[in-house]
Amino acid sequence: MTADIHLDQKRDAGAVEAAAAPQVATKLRVNDLNLYYGKFQAIKNVTMEIPERQVTAFIGPSGCGKSTLIRCFNRIHDLYEGIRTEGQILLDEHDIYDTGIDLNLLRSRVGMVFQKPTPFPMSVFDNVAFGIRLYEKLSARDLEERVEWALRKAALWNEVKDKLKQSGQALSGGQQQRLCIARTIAVKPEVILLDEPTSALDPISTGYIEDLINELKKDYTIVIVTHNMQQAARISDITAFMYLGSLIECDDTTKIFTQPKESRTEDYITGRYG
Amino acid sequence: MDINQTPLYRRRKRLNQLVMVLCQLATLIGFVFLFAILFTLVTKGIGAISPSTFVERTRMNGGGLGNAIWGTFVMTCAATVIGTVIGVAAGTWLAEYSGKGLMAKVIRFINDILLSAPSIIIGLFIYAVVVVPMGNFSGWAGVLALTVIIVPVVIRSTEDMLRLIPNSLREAAAALGAHRWWIIVRVCYSGARAGIMTGILLGFARISGETAPLLFTSLNSNQWNFFDLGSEMANLPMTIYQNMTINAFIPDLVALAWGGALILTAAILILNIAARYFSRQRS
Amino acid sequence: MATTNAIQASGLGHLSDATRKRLQRKARIDVWFERTLFAFAFAVLLLLGAIIASLMFSSWPAIQRYGLDFFTENRWAANVEVFGALPAIYGTLLTSFIAIVIAVPVSFGIAIFLTEQCPGFLRQPLSTLIELLAGIPSIIYGMWGMEVLAPLLRTWFPSVFPAGTGLATAGIILAVMIIPFITAVARDVINTVPAVMRESAYGLGCTTWEVTRRVILPSVKGGLVGGVVLGLGRALGETMAVTFVIGNNLFLSTTLTGQGTSIAALIANQFSESDGTQRSALLALGLILFLITFAVLAFARYLLRNSTGRHA
Repeated sequence: MTADIHLDQKRDAGAVEAAAAPQVATKLRVNDLNLYYGKFQAIKNVTMEIPERQVTAFIGPSGCGKSTLIRCFNRIHDLYEGIRTEGQILLDEHDIYDTGIDLNLLRSRVGMVFQKPTPFPMSVFDNVAFGIRLYEKLSARDLEERVEWALRKAALWNEVKDKLKQSGQALSGGQQQRLCIARTIAVKPEVILLDEPTSALDPISTGYIEDLINELKKDYTIVIVTHNMQQAARISDITAFMYLGSLIECDDTTKIFTQPKESRTEDYITGRYG
Repeated sequence: MDINQTPLYRRRKRLNQLVMVLCQLATLIGFVFLFAILFTLVTKGIGAISPSTFVERTRMNGGGLGNAIWGTFVMTCAATVIGTVIGVAAGTWLAEYSGKGLMAKVIRFINDILLSAPSIIIGLFIYAVVVVPMGNFSGWAGVLALTVIIVPVVIRSTEDMLRLIPNSLREAAAALGAHRWWIIVRVCYSGARAGIMTGILLGFARISGETAPLLFTSLNSNQWNFFDLGSEMANLPMTIYQNMTINAFIPDLVALAWGGALILTAAILILNIAARYFSRQRS
Repeated sequence: MATTNAIQASGLGHLSDATRKRLQRKARIDVWFERTLFAFAFAVLLLLGAIIASLMFSSWPAIQRYGLDFFTENRWAANVEVFGALPAIYGTLLTSFIAIVIAVPVSFGIAIFLTEQCPGFLRQPLSTLIELLAGIPSIIYGMWGMEVLAPLLRTWFPSVFPAGTGLATAGIILAVMIIPFITAVARDVINTVPAVMRESAYGLGCTTWEVTRRVILPSVKGGLVGGVVLGLGRALGETMAVTFVIGNNLFLSTTLTGQGTSIAALIANQFSESDGTQRSALLALGLILFLITFAVLAFARYLLRNSTGRHA
């Protein structure tokens, strides 16, 4: 069953390996993935690897399928009818599309932050504790500590420590987004998916979140979809360029931005279309 | 040439003024009628109300409305509690699970039919399926008739309010690994609570003033009946109706009917205002 | 630092038996939660079926005895066991028709006044007042009709309203009752027109009436008509506002202002003291009323299918 696809030992092993050599383990492997909304094919034959504890950025024009792709990584598509996928996505070499996979458990390991902040209609504290309470029975003190830890990690603690009882929806947009990040890391996922997390935010909040991503990649595998090429260049290790549902090119970020192999990639990053 | 002086423009302007005056006239007529009703209600009702109106039971001479007010309160509360359970559950299914299937469309359509079904028909229905088999009019029959009326109201407002919860919140909760029922209970309900409460309050207000469904179900009584829902139960709308019709030859009872009408209307208006207050809290 | 490590160490590792059990339990709840909710939703469907079935079952004796004559017989005479639905159906349709003819122009006028002309400081209070008035129980309208309106009509127009009460009086009372309802719906749907539509029409130099007539009303036509039909549905099934003022004459009235009866009023007046065929005939009347409102509401839904607002 699903219990087999956990990875604590592997994570430790990976850490040792990473220290020894620049070679990094593959966290997510996508094998020939196709996705259809009814008859429309939104993802076409995508094959790629996402390395552990690095930041992988997806860029491409609107509607190119980048959000659709990362929404496969935690199978959030399964909430809706009429979406069909073919191919494999391997998390630590186990196919997440296998029958018998517990979706809830999968999602607790692959967290997600959305484009618009999604604070739940409850207090700041309860927002962060929401995910923790799902899988762990902690004493009140341990829970408080964990919430504080997550809020500190998300660089939000100092701003909200006096208003933990207030509604999460009363925070500013940038604070709400960091609250959502805190809520995601509070469950200690292995992968964090960020779907255009800063596109609804002002430049200062964006800066906070970019710093945060840099900080988080020490512990987590991060996948980010972004509209903003400068952002991809600033924060990612690997960049993948998608166009019309296909993966055009995926390589080290510096390579993509300095010497792309594909002319379409070059056209996009030099602003000729998109 | 000044465009303001062309005949065409003047004609357009006159037509506009005419229609605007007609609209103002309509507003005047509408509000005159409605205020006339409120005025009659207050002037005729206020004189009939005294502290004893609330504590004494109804009698053929003198007396108060205590038992009728109490009966209305008990039956309305019971119907609201039952109706809330059924309505919230069914409304949640429509909003969260129904998808685009035929079943959902049919249930939604039927709910709309029930929402505006004539309330006297509901009374006939409960008479046929509850009063006849039980052999007597009863508080329970009244409660069930009122329940049938409030359920569609609660279903509608539950579904509408849950649909206002953005899907991104459900996705975010699912992305944390929450099960669907838990997402609904913990995230969706906390967001929709104020709206659903408003719907329930409006439904409560509506059924507390319903007369027709009680005619053949709970009937009415001159006695105090605190919680014995198995027998006939006094209620305010029926008391008003009987005092204005079969007892209309007794001036005291007619006056008391106006007092009861004022109490009932005031209570319903207060409930409506409370419901608005709730829904404002939401935004 | 030490705390942080401790917390990290306690994170999700191997699935313990306890966690696995919790997951299984929650998955089971998921299934039963949905089933329970569906059962309640399905009960609504059964409820409608039960209403129609019980009305048909209990009105069967009358249907069997009178057949289609039930619709053409114009007397309702218990003493000779002749029961014709015509006077009641006629009264129901006529009073509702009168109500709509009066209420629609007045309601639309008020709605246009509230949305297009009303000074800002009055807009909110008047709109709130209209919605509050829509909540007044119908029995109050009936009482007012009997004690105030009918005597006034008799005094002012003795030749037209010899009794004060009658079909026309009932129609007027129904109109007053549904005016707040139709106004509230009309105001809501007019408010759904985006401000830019209004502004661009004014920008071309249109007068207020032209903006309303050419831009606003056409774009919310479906919603307005749907609101009117829902108002009609209320009028058709109304009992208490009508019973007091319709006159309760059981024979077909030949004049608009004459006394008559409606289905709901007839049931309210006679049901408690009826038995046998009469009771069955009254239940058949109830079934007819239900089918009429059913048809009207289905029609309203058909009209409202494309409009955004949902009202009832």
